[in-house]
Amino acid sequence: MAKILIFPSNSLILSDLVARFGHEPLTLMRVIRKKITEVGIDSPPINVTPEDPKKGLKYAAVDVPSGVRGRMALLDPLIEEAEAAIIVHEADYSFGCMGCARTNELVKYIVRNKDIPRLELAYPTNDDEARVFVRKIRDFCESLTHKAEVLA
Amino acid sequence: MTRKIRIAHLSCGSEYSGIQKEIENAVASVNAELVYPEVDTDTIKDAVSEWGLEVASPDLQLMIARAKSIVDGGFPVDAVFITTCFRCAEGAITRSELRRYIHERANLPVISYSFTERTSAGTLLTRMEALVTTALRRTLLAREKQTGLTAGIDSGSTTTKAVVMRDNEIIGVGWVETTEVLKSAELAYATALKMARVDESEIQALGTTGYGRLLIGEEMKAALVQEELTVNSKGAVYLAEKQKGPATVIDIGGMDNKAISVIDGIPGGFTMGGICAGASGRFLDMTARRLGVDISELGPLASKGDHNRLTMNSYCYVFGTQSLVNALSLGASKEDVASAACYSVAEQVFEQQLQELEIVAPVIMVGGTSLISGLVEAMQDVLRMSVVVPRYSQYIGAVGSALLASGFIE
Repeated sequence: MAKILIFPSNSLILSDLVARFGHEPLTLMRVIRKKITEVGIDSPPINVTPEDPKKGLKYAAVDVPSGVRGRMALLDPLIEEAEAAIIVHEADYSFGCMGCARTNELVKYIVRNKDIPRLELAYPTNDDEARVFVRKIRDFCESLTHKAEVLA
Repeated sequence: MTRKIRIAHLSCGSEYSGIQKEIENAVASVNAELVYPEVDTDTIKDAVSEWGLEVASPDLQLMIARAKSIVDGGFPVDAVFITTCFRCAEGAITRSELRRYIHERANLPVISYSFTERTSAGTLLTRMEALVTTALRRTLLAREKQTGLTAGIDSGSTTTKAVVMRDNEIIGVGWVETTEVLKSAELAYATALKMARVDESEIQALGTTGYGRLLIGEEMKAALVQEELTVNSKGAVYLAEKQKGPATVIDIGGMDNKAISVIDGIPGGFTMGGICAGASGRFLDMTARRLGVDISELGPLASKGDHNRLTMNSYCYVFGTQSLVNALSLGASKEDVASAACYSVAEQVFEQQLQELEIVAPVIMVGGTSLISGLVEAMQDVLRMSVVVPRYSQYIGAVGSALLASGFIE
């Protein structure tokens, strides 16, 4: 079972597909859940504190907007843990939505530069494309399973 | 109990900068609440397309859809607060255009702010107070004449001013450097009362404004304790006799600057800068000291100089000081240095703040720095518009407070 970074990282559908095909989806919800259940921090709604944009300096300099660095701090554990990645382009809001375009550009760039298997695909616009979309994700997930079996 | 003012918060994600709690604290302290217009995700793309600005960030697109929902009347609010990240070009463009759009189409008070992770509730408080006052106190702000015997105290970061007014006339003024907030206020007030030949007990209502307004207001039992954006708007159009129609008020203060679009004496849009003292009166104060002249002499000195003969950029106080020292060490004249310092401050205010506002005539300069003629000339040059400096412009906050306080006389 591989840890797969999904993008949009808050996509429930993508997360579900990855889980159905036998892998662990790395999602933003997981990070935020951890944040909001953390004891001792009171910074609603998602418990990001001014310290987080500072942690984001790992990825972007201080002249990069604080919102980008704060988001990068949240995504950092997902990027670190990722053993593979699935990136969906131009996704519909209802599929999953990452709010800041600059952050999105940076995350994709970092993932592309990681030496991990990666699947990039366009968001489907009709039923036929949707079937192809799901098949590609299934094939990618199976290839990861197969690879893991070979290595074992 | 008065109802809470509903402030729609349009943001590209201040929660990701860790400052959402600071914003909420500032809002709570002015008895308001943040609300978020609900929009259907299916409608966002159409809203953005209809509005016409092609932004890439989904959170900015959501801001646009929410703004449209407010303008279309689908979500009733009293005021709007727009925030985007500092240093984000896409965010800055969206913020500025949304602000204009809501102000023009929905006739709601709007303020915008570009935040960093260091933004605190204290920084936002004055802005929130102004926003809530504009939303709540339209009747009070419509007051055009001072009545009875009232006084106003403006506790600024550099100077404390006081005025006493009777039946729409200023009869006493006081002006002292701010040291201990309360003592300075008492001294300025006593000076104004003495000049007016009035005993403190005779004053029917007192208004306070400026940084020390809360402390002074409580100690002196003021009827009105009001932030300076509202008070200065009112005071400026009152003194300039431009109470009807639009006006632009520029107040370059000792610690921060205010630029306010005023309509019928009520602040519409405003910007309040304070990132670096290089763009404030503090830089001119330092320049005067470095040139060995009194601040009152800086203006006439600058009028004799030519800012084009040297380069000075006071975007940063330290860099500005460096270029000032360099210019002097290279033999630049005091006149040229004074002129360059005035021009630099005017340029910074223009570039950092006035770009966000629609500058409409009359432009009224107020506050202590409006007495520095070289700065007024530089501002006229930068804006390519004439600037009005009314009599008593340095007492603007105190006059505005006394004027508005008269609305509290029973």
